[in-house]
Amino acid sequence: MNLEDWYRQDRLPHIYCPGCGNGTVLNCTLRAVQELGFKQEETTFISGIGCSSRASGYTSSDSLHTTHGRALAFATGVKLVKPHQHVLVFTGDGDCSAIGGNHFIHACRRNIDLTVVCINNSIYGMTGGQGSPCTPYGAITTTTPYGMHEQPFDLCKLADAAGANYVARWTSFHVKELTEAIRVGFEVQGLSFIEVMTQCPTSFGSKNKMRLATQMIDMFRENAVLKVKADRDAAAGKSLEPGKFIVGEFVRRHNPPLGVEESK
Amino acid sequence: MTTKTDFLNGNVACAEGAIAAGCRFFAGYPITPSTEIAERMAARLPKIGGTFVQMEDELGSVAAIIGGSWAGARTMTATSGPGFSLMMENIGYAAMTETPIVIVNVQRGGPSTGQPTKAAQGDMLQCRYGSHGDYSIIALSPSSVQEMFDLTVKAFNLADRFRTPVFLMTDETIGHMREKVNLHSDVEIIPRRELKEGELPCAPDENGVPGFATFGNGHNIHITGLTHGENGYPSTDSAEVHEHLVRRQVRKIEDFRNEITDVDVINPDAELVFISYGAPTRTVRQLMADVPDIYGHLNLRIVWPFPDESLLAFRNAKAFIIPEMNLGQIAKEVRQYTNVPIVIVPKLGGALHTPEELKKAVEVAKTVTKPVTEVCL
Repeated sequence: MNLEDWYRQDRLPHIYCPGCGNGTVLNCTLRAVQELGFKQEETTFISGIGCSSRASGYTSSDSLHTTHGRALAFATGVKLVKPHQHVLVFTGDGDCSAIGGNHFIHACRRNIDLTVVCINNSIYGMTGGQGSPCTPYGAITTTTPYGMHEQPFDLCKLADAAGANYVARWTSFHVKELTEAIRVGFEVQGLSFIEVMTQCPTSFGSKNKMRLATQMIDMFRENAVLKVKADRDAAAGKSLEPGKFIVGEFVRRHNPPLGVEESK
Repeated sequence: MTTKTDFLNGNVACAEGAIAAGCRFFAGYPITPSTEIAERMAARLPKIGGTFVQMEDELGSVAAIIGGSWAGARTMTATSGPGFSLMMENIGYAAMTETPIVIVNVQRGGPSTGQPTKAAQGDMLQCRYGSHGDYSIIALSPSSVQEMFDLTVKAFNLADRFRTPVFLMTDETIGHMREKVNLHSDVEIIPRRELKEGELPCAPDENGVPGFATFGNGHNIHITGLTHGENGYPSTDSAEVHEHLVRRQVRKIEDFRNEITDVDVINPDAELVFISYGAPTRTVRQLMADVPDIYGHLNLRIVWPFPDESLLAFRNAKAFIIPEMNLGQIAKEVRQYTNVPIVIVPKLGGALHTPEELKKAVEVAKTVTKPVTEVCL
C-alpha cells in the first residue's frame, strides 16, 4: 500500500486548526505503518476524545473512536479477542493522563501489546484551551488565567514505572525520529508508549507568547535535549536547565507481554 | 441437544449459560454479589479458547467488552449497583454504536454502597434510562437458577439480533440460591448479521438494524459515538441526521416489542392480578399454589421494552398487585398503560416478600378505588 492509501481520503480535509501538530503526528504514524508493510485488515486504530483522538477518523482501516479516556480499555478488548491485529491507540495528554489515567497505568502494567501514540499539546484543545495535567508550571490557559500552579506529569516516567516495554518521547519537530519510534513501538511486544510534544498555536501558543506554529516548533528544537546528552550531563553532575526536556528512547525491554498470540 | 444436570447457584448457571451461548470474552471487576460469575469465567474461558480479563474498574470492563465485540466475539461483563453506575457512560456508547454486549447486574440494596449482600431490584429504571440521551435497550429478569442459564443464552441472541446492549437484571437471591439446573450444551444461537459488500456500515436493513462490520474482516469502517451518517462518519451539525439516527435506534427495539416480549399469563380471567419479575415471582407462585384459581399473574421474563400489550390479556382485572424489591419502579411503567387501579407492594432490605404479605396486599386490592395505593408491610 502507498502512504496515501492509509488515509481515509473521503474524510479529508481534516478538522485541525492551521498550524496544528496533529497532522504531522498522523503522517509519521501512517508512514511507520506503511514502512512495516501492514495489511489494512490487520491494523486497527483506536482513540478516545479530543483533538488527538480525531486522528483515528482519518485512517483507512478499521477504527474505533471511543469515549473520553477509555480508548486503552476498548483497545484491550480488541487485542485480547484478536491478538494478531496490530492495534494503535491515539490519545492526548488530557485523555490519557487525566480522565484516562487509571486505564493508562493499568494498560502499562498489563504490558498489553498495543502501540500508544500520545499527542501532548499541553492543553485541552477541543474544548478551547483549558489546563491539562501536562500544562507546564506557570503557563496561561483559560482555566489557569494566573498561570498553572500545579506540577505537570512526566508521562514517560509514568509509563516506565507502570511497566511498559517501550517508552519514547519526541516532538513534532523530530519527524524522522518519531516515525522510527512508532515503527519500533509496533515491533516491540508489550505496551509501547510514544509521547509526542506538539504545538497548539490556537489555544496554547496564543496565550503563551508563541502565536505562530513555527515559534512553538522552534521552542521544541531549542529545548529538547537528547537522552544521551542528558545522561552524560547527569553523570557529570549537571542537571537539566529550566524549560528543557528530554527526548529519545527511555525504555526498551522484553518483559512478558499480554495479548500476543504466542503467549495465549 | 446434550444436557448435563447440576446443582448450582444462579451466578454460576449464568456463566455456564454464557459459555453455552458462545461467549468467549469476559471483562469484569470484582463486586459482591456478582463475583462468582467472573470467577467461573476466569476458570472456564482459558480452557475453551476464550479470554478472561480483570479490568481496573467497571468503566474499563464495558469498554473492553465493546472492543471485544467489534473484534467479533460474544462478550459479557457482570456487576452490581455501584459498578453498574460506573458503566453508564459506555452503555450509552454501546447504544450509539449499536454494539452487541451482555451486562449482568446482580442487584443489591442501594443507593451507594448500600447492602452488598442483600437482594434488591432498585436498578430497574437506571438500566432503562441511566445513560444520557434517548436510547432503548433490552432487559431480562430471571426468577430461577434455570432461567439464569436460559435467559443468559437468550440475552446473547437478542444482543446480536438487535445490535444492542442487553441486560440480565437479576438479584442477590437468584444469584446465590442453589437449584437443580439443566445445562444444555447445544443451545440455539442466532448470530449477528455480518455487513454485506456494498452495504453502508450504519444503514439499516428492513428491521432497522445495520449489518455488523467485524474488525479485521476487511470492511475498513470507522465507528464513533458521535452522531454519524449511514457511512459511519461523524455528522454532528445536522439536526436531520441526528434525529434520524436516534429515532431509528430506538424504533429498532420499540417497534419489535411483541417479538421481544417473553411473559407468563396465568388465569387471564381473574379480577386480582399480580405483576412480578425476578425473585418476587417466586412468592407469587407460592401464593398461587397455596390458593389456586383465584388470582391472575403476569410474570415478566423481559422487563424492557415493557410488554404493555400483555396487560390487555387480563380483561376482568379490577386491580394489579405489584410486589417489587424497590419503591415501585416497574409499577410506574404499568401505570402508563392502564387505568386499572394499581397496588404497589414495595419491600426493601433484602428479604423476599412472604405469601402472608401478598395476602395482605390482596385484602387492600379487594376494595381499592384510587389509581395507586401503596401497601405498607
